[in-house]
Amino acid sequence: MSEKESLHKIADAVLDYDGDEVVRLLRRELAAGGNVEDILNIGLIEPMGDIGDQFTDGEIFVPEMLMAATAMKAGLEVLRPILAESDAEPMGKILLGTVQGDLHDIGKNLVTMMLEGAGFEVFDIGVNQNPEAFAAAVQEHSPDIVGLSALLTTTMVSMRTTTALLKEQFPLIKVIVGGAPVNQQFADAIGADGFSEDAPGAAVLARRFMEELAG
Amino acid sequence: MPQTIVESKTKTTIIGFDQPFCVIGERINPTGRKALAAQLEAGDFCTVEKDALEQVACGAAMLDVNAGVVFHSNPNPNETEPPLMRKMIRMIQEIVDVPLCIDSSVPDALEAGLEVCGGRPLVNSITGEEERLEAILPLIKKYNVPVVAISNDDTGISEDPEVRFQVARRIVERAADFGISAHDIIVDPLAMPVGAVPTACLQVFELVRRLRRELGVNTTCGASNVSFGLPNRQGLTAAFLPIAIASGMTSAIMNPIRDQEMEAVRAADLLCNNDANAAVWIKANKPATTVTAKGRRRRRAG
Repeated sequence: MSEKESLHKIADAVLDYDGDEVVRLLRRELAAGGNVEDILNIGLIEPMGDIGDQFTDGEIFVPEMLMAATAMKAGLEVLRPILAESDAEPMGKILLGTVQGDLHDIGKNLVTMMLEGAGFEVFDIGVNQNPEAFAAAVQEHSPDIVGLSALLTTTMVSMRTTTALLKEQFPLIKVIVGGAPVNQQFADAIGADGFSEDAPGAAVLARRFMEELAG
Repeated sequence: MPQTIVESKTKTTIIGFDQPFCVIGERINPTGRKALAAQLEAGDFCTVEKDALEQVACGAAMLDVNAGVVFHSNPNPNETEPPLMRKMIRMIQEIVDVPLCIDSSVPDALEAGLEVCGGRPLVNSITGEEERLEAILPLIKKYNVPVVAISNDDTGISEDPEVRFQVARRIVERAADFGISAHDIIVDPLAMPVGAVPTACLQVFELVRRLRRELGVNTTCGASNVSFGLPNRQGLTAAFLPIAIASGMTSAIMNPIRDQEMEAVRAADLLCNNDANAAVWIKANKPATTVTAKGRRRRRAG
């Protein structure tokens, strides 16, 4: 079996939502001296991209997306210590939170999973976070991108103040927004860099920004 | 038996344990409806009018009215929602005669709606968040109206039904401090998408049973939420409703245009002995034409 083929078997296990199989194949691959970055990219990240497309196209649904993310994550946990020792860089760093006044987190959690699936290092600062808390967390983690979530129309106002504060203090940072009442027009109006309709879209958007940042 | 009384200008609806399930039409809400949001910003109310008429025709006992649109020209709902709510409420009560549910997270929009709404509308909503209680409970008292209480507080939406029960209890107690009685509180135990939170509905059923037994309050929820992210949403929501009703839920904000869900509600009402003589069920399911055999004795009309 060629190395590429064995990596695709890992990807297939992610697409089968089989975390145990992902871990088994991945350990075998590592034992055989497989390249850790190839395992990550071909075995774990690529199938999550397919999962995202399937979800967006309505071929699979939320529980299936969650199962795929869980399987992917099982593999990622095995790779993590090895990745930490190697000089491999994550796809990028992203900080996520639900804005002040809003306690909803299901959407944000789905976005977290899809971003991890896309190879990002994600810092999730939780719900009901004021602009200053976002700024302090950015200071601490220095992410490339910040994602703001809201489900209520009232709390969309805090998206605006948070975006303004972040842009003022960290002019280079990319801010993306999402949530049921949010749309592209609103994102444009508050000076955010991007908006996504759903969780896989957020991963695609974040990837695009990383390419832009890399120049 | 708690009874929550809501009124339009001329009609009264009672929400209670021995009453038919109260269907609150959810359609008049621009969240996630881009075309409607654009129309509202442009001052075009044709979809609102159509949604109002259609939902009542399909059997909605009440209509939820949400003006939560974020204007392109002014993305601050604190400024734009109150006047829009006023216009929408005025317009809707001119064309339909059912009690309304004034739905906003902006306290000023709730008050704007209350100012122009005839009868006894329902306010949607308060939460256990202290700031919100302080802002909205005085309004509820001033206008003497019932209110939906969502069982989360400043710490978030707990996945522990015990925590949510305690939040609901505290809201009922805080309302009592303002002189608002428990029969004017309708608790929303928060129905989360079951596709993302597998125990979400079990939590709701358990909470509804306890809320009924221990606090004696009416309950409601956003029923369509349950099926988010899953295929055949109508089938799932239609199954959720009778279980919720059997657990003691007395109303839901839902889509009355979907007959599968409305049929499930009518069936549950009948099965739970809230449809006397099966009158509503029979009326909804009567064959289109009935042939009366010659000479058979019929009840005299009139």
